[in-house]
Amino acid sequence: MTLNGWMQICLFFVVLLLLVKPLGSYMARVFMGKSLFGLNSVLGPVERLTYRVCGIRAEDEMSWKSYAWALVLFSAVGLLLTYGIERTQQWHGRLLNPAGQGNVEPNLAYNTAASFTTNTNWQNYSGETTMSYLTQMAALTFHNFTSAATGIAVAIALIRGLSRRSAASIGNFWTDIVRAALYILMPLSIVLAMLLVSQGVIQNFSPYKTVPLVQATKTTAAVTTQTLPMGPAASQIAIKHLGTNGGGFFNANSAHPFESPTALTDFLELLGETVIAAALCYTFGLMVGDKRQGWALLAAMLIILVVFMSVCYWAESTPNPRLAGMNIDQTTSVTNPGGNMEGKELRIGIAASARFATCTTATSCGAVDSMHDSYMPIGGMVPMLMMQMGECILGGTGTGLYSILVLAIISVFIAGLMVGRTPEYLGKKIEAYEIKMASLLILLMPATVLIFTAVGCVLPQGTSAMGNPGAHGFSEILYAYTSQTNNNGSAFAGLNGNTPFWNITGSFAMLIGRFWFIVPTLALAGALARKKYVPAGAGTLPTHTPLFVGLLIGVILIVALLTFVPALTLGPVIEHLRLFTATI
Amino acid sequence: MKKEAFKNPWSAIALTLILTVITGVIYPLFVTALAQLLFPHQANGSLIDRNGNPTSDASQAVGSQLIGQWFDHPRYFWPRPSATTVTNSAPAVALPYNAAQSGGSNLSPAGDAWVANVQSAVEALKKNDPDNTKPIPIDLVTASGSGLDPHISVDAARYQIARIAKARGNITAAELEKLIAAHTEERSLGILGERTVNVLQLNLALDKIAPHTP
Repeated sequence: MTLNGWMQICLFFVVLLLLVKPLGSYMARVFMGKSLFGLNSVLGPVERLTYRVCGIRAEDEMSWKSYAWALVLFSAVGLLLTYGIERTQQWHGRLLNPAGQGNVEPNLAYNTAASFTTNTNWQNYSGETTMSYLTQMAALTFHNFTSAATGIAVAIALIRGLSRRSAASIGNFWTDIVRAALYILMPLSIVLAMLLVSQGVIQNFSPYKTVPLVQATKTTAAVTTQTLPMGPAASQIAIKHLGTNGGGFFNANSAHPFESPTALTDFLELLGETVIAAALCYTFGLMVGDKRQGWALLAAMLIILVVFMSVCYWAESTPNPRLAGMNIDQTTSVTNPGGNMEGKELRIGIAASARFATCTTATSCGAVDSMHDSYMPIGGMVPMLMMQMGECILGGTGTGLYSILVLAIISVFIAGLMVGRTPEYLGKKIEAYEIKMASLLILLMPATVLIFTAVGCVLPQGTSAMGNPGAHGFSEILYAYTSQTNNNGSAFAGLNGNTPFWNITGSFAMLIGRFWFIVPTLALAGALARKKYVPAGAGTLPTHTPLFVGLLIGVILIVALLTFVPALTLGPVIEHLRLFTATI
Repeated sequence: MKKEAFKNPWSAIALTLILTVITGVIYPLFVTALAQLLFPHQANGSLIDRNGNPTSDASQAVGSQLIGQWFDHPRYFWPRPSATTVTNSAPAVALPYNAAQSGGSNLSPAGDAWVANVQSAVEALKKNDPDNTKPIPIDLVTASGSGLDPHISVDAARYQIARIAKARGNITAAELEKLIAAHTEERSLGILGERTVNVLQLNLALDKIAPHTP
């Protein structure tokens, strides 16, 4: 570990915190219908025309059930359309499919459609050898926008549930997603895409280019040329980060030099995937009328994030004992990256890779700038644990905020039990129904992950996909279902996921992880909106204090560790112990 | 409620189609137009010609400054190992720096398969440079995540000086040292990432100042 490495980590937190307030207040303006510094006059006509064509009455309010119904319906239509586009690639034409990619196989097409609809972006394909430009744009970029907008909409609905009093409705799903997509995601994506292009991310519609190699390569025959993949990458990459989708244009994702050509693009992509989630905490504070509530949630998130990021950085900087005696220089200096460089890009280095790996799994992004499968055992356990906390440490755009609000409700409930009083959160009494919904939410994820992992470890169709033997192979399976159920999308990519077994079980995990979470969350929003406001009394636990932040951190860690330590022991912990203590 | 149930499907279908056009067609086209106007070199893959200069003509190009190429002749600087394979080959046939199918080894650094890979990278370096007893920089024996990493570390470039000087015969160690220094790129904004040397550009410059007979 070096001073420069720590400075890279600090710089990220400083820039992120500086952006929270401006973006957070802007997003609050979007959903409170205030003027948006001229953007309304440009995009307002588009917004109104959209409503007219779709038969949407913007002023209508929805009950939580109508809201959920609209959301599920919209997602289903998107899923079917994507499946259709993938299955008809051979007719996409020379302009939109210059590489002549064939139709995607049915179970892979279904898996990919489920994956992008659920904001997971788990990829059982490599972009450059499977997808046409039309699929990348109209099917995948579309979902990057709409699944992220859906996440924001649910978060806003839950905020309305907490801030409204004795209300029957929680907003209008259609206007929430249109506004999130048009006024938040679109402008940010254009700015980020242009910054990325300026650094070297490609954006074109050319066919793949062939260049002569300076020195021929020998394989089974001499290879004298190199094929450079092309395509409209930057536009997709910008939203893949801002929407915490994470699905790469190319197989290597943000490790690919055309997706992230410099350490600066790595930093910008990292900011992109964290900034909306962090700023939504501030939006929450503004909309419930007490900014301190938002800062308290953000503080809990960032404290956990910085601790685990440090662990990951430490693990990846540690010299590998297996290389002892081979005369290999693993020490870090200004002229040598040192540490564990397998699966990492030199321009990015150890510190920035550890920073990215922790954030991409803490948020539900899942883009990778280095291969997590090749991390040191503890270094690879950190991303797994970040997901197992339920994607509430920043979390996905929108999904993170509602996930941590559920945990905040559990926290006040536990505190209430300790002193024997009815718990309250933001002036709402937390009663049996709310606790049932919240408990359902925190139990469902581990149950899905662990049951699928158990099945994957027992059936030959599961274990035959492992890319590494022993404890690490188990980690690959655990990581796969953890990532898919939490809608993250990153992988221990040695696992060969493109088989019917993995395509089908994986898509179930993703759909459960998305919709069985959103529906109880909306039910919770509906129940909270109906409640009266109870003024804080002497026995009310204040939820903006360091004490509450500590309690919330404790609840998050205890819930995650109690459920996952046994499984983690079988994977990364054993691998770590064998690597550092046993003489193999 | 009944009326809503009929209205909703139309809204869902129409909104999906409209947002497909806005986010899936207009947005990428708009970004492409802007990118081609403002940053044509970068947007088209940062191609370079034999002199290492940017070019827009694919027929003049010898590669992209962002995408690494494989070198294993002793007279060239070698890049990092690459785990890429022949496109869609099953079982996989190794083809380092195959830009048409990016990817890493995904091997565990605690596993035997990975140690064997490192061992063979070490042996290849030693075989072509038996007198070199300097410690080998870690990046020169580990595969990158993309398999296309265009860079090596400054130490990794310096490690190869003796071998190249011997293989070429028309360039001295001191001149190679200078060449590396001239091609060393500092960290982004002075703080982000690592200091790097671009292997393709370094080798093109090398061919220019110390031409070899094929």
